[in-house]
Order: sequence, then structure tokens, then C-alpha cells
Amino acid sequence: MKASVIIFPGTNREQDVADVLESVSGRAPQLVWHSETEVPPSDLIVLPGGFSYGDYLRCGAMAARSPIMRDVIAKAKQGTPVLGICNGFQILCESGLLPGVLMRNASLRFVCKDVWLRVEQPDTVFTRRFKKGEVMRAIAAHAEGNYFTDPETLARLEGEGRVVFRYADKNGNVTPEANPNGALNNIAGICDERRRVLGLMPHPENTADPMLGATEGRKLFESLVESLVA
Amino acid sequence: MKARIIITLKNGVLDPQGKAIENAVGALGIGGVQSVRQGKFFEVELAASSQADARETVERMCRELLANTVIENYTYEIEG
Repeated sequence: MKASVIIFPGTNREQDVADVLESVSGRAPQLVWHSETEVPPSDLIVLPGGFSYGDYLRCGAMAARSPIMRDVIAKAKQGTPVLGICNGFQILCESGLLPGVLMRNASLRFVCKDVWLRVEQPDTVFTRRFKKGEVMRAIAAHAEGNYFTDPETLARLEGEGRVVFRYADKNGNVTPEANPNGALNNIAGICDERRRVLGLMPHPENTADPMLGATEGRKLFESLVESLVA
Repeated sequence: MKARIIITLKNGVLDPQGKAIENAVGALGIGGVQSVRQGKFFEVELAASSQADARETVERMCRELLANTVIENYTYEIEG
């Protein structure tokens, strides 16, 4: 699996995700700088976490309009899977590849803790190794993860099975207490109509190595390898 | 020409920052404040030669970058 990881000024999780991608696929991803105008041929494009452009204007707003994003959008429309984690999810929403917006956490605090996500949609290239209802641990580390959209879009996302991950407790119960940021319907991750573009707030790449104390997130990357390596 | 642009949150969009400011106002003992909503203000110098050109530039700026129209409205005035 040939992956490209896009780096913007202020991105800081590229190495975390690059390590996991290399570990699951045996191949180090290509790192692509934001001022490039073309993503090299890739089976997967990753927008990693961080604070691109210092979160100026709105989180992800500047990155979404950077030169490389035109090609990321074009490649996504051609069907290349795109994974956006944390700031990457914010960039996907700002670029229009995913609907809605990540607002300031309802608590107004930066949240940094383990969270549990219930897998709602295993029928994607990102989640095929999970069972529906399975719980994946990941690490939330954000101040703007409060997913919001208009009622029509929310109904469409739910109706089309595009809510991929929901904040839950360890046993998979979706409760208000398990929601770390006030996101509508406990939404932690959504995908596009074709289920080829996924954005999620918590970091599965930080629960993918036994040395870090948790390995649940590794399955997401293994799903990608299984899906994308012919 | 100069444009003054104001971005506000749409009605119905929760504004926890505005709420926190509202509470702080109360904590300072300043009475008579019913609610606070916060937003953004931009001052833009324009090289446009006509009001119509200026308007078109500002519209595009607002729509394509300054406001996220999922949650925000924009208004502006152009001087000069």
C-alpha cells in the first residue's frame, strides 16, 4: 500500500501515522508538503493531526485552501481513499469533502484522554476488519471536535449510514457522559457518500502499538491494507 | 476603498464562548446584559475601481474563506 501523508505548516502528527502505516504495510509513506500542487500516485492519502497554520481563522480553514488540497480534492473525487485525523478531519470539512463543521468543545477545554468509539459502519475500506458495534479505543486530543451540521444533513448522514464512529463507553453504550466535546449524536467520525473519505477526531494511530499501551486502532490501518493491497 | 466585514454565528448555533463572556460580565457585577454572542470583524483595504467590483471581491472573500456558511452569516459595508 502506497500512502501519502500531507504536511502543512503546524502539522505535528505526521510521524505517528507514518510509523503505523509503515508497520502495517511494510512501506514507508511519502511525505508531501502543502505547497506541492500534485500528490504522487497513491493508494491512500492521509491528512494528519496538528495545528495547521496555527488554527488561524478557523481550524483547518487555511489548510483546506492550500495548493496541495486542490489535488487532494480531485483525487478524492476520482476515488482515492482519504483519511483525515483530528485536524485532518477539520480540513476535510473545511474543504467540502465532508459536510458539517468541528466547533469549539462544549466545555471550552482542550480534551486529551482515551476515548472509546463504537464502530457503526464496518462497510468501508477503513473499517472492514471491525464488526458493527465493536469498540475501538483511540486518543482524543483536541479543542475543536464538537461536530455540528444542519438537521437535514444530520438526517442524511444517519440515514445513509455515514456515521462511522460514535463516542461510547468501554462497553459500547452511546451515552452523553461518553461524549467528550458535545458533538451532535456523539459523532466521532463520518464518511462521504462513497465511503472513501473518512474523517475522525480521535487518533487511532496512537492506539496501534503495544509499546503505547493499546492496539485497538491498528485494525483501522490493517483494514486499509486489506482493502487497498490487491 | 475599505470594507468592514462582520461574521456572526447563525441563530440556533450554540456559542459557548459567548456564554462564557456573558457569565464573566455578570461576575464583574455589570448588570442589564441579557445575552452575548461573539463573532469576528475584518477591515479590508480594496484596490477596486467601482462599488460593484468591491462588492464582488468582498462577497467572494466572505463566501470562500472568511465565513463558514454552515454555522456563520456575514454582513459588510464598503466605504469610499
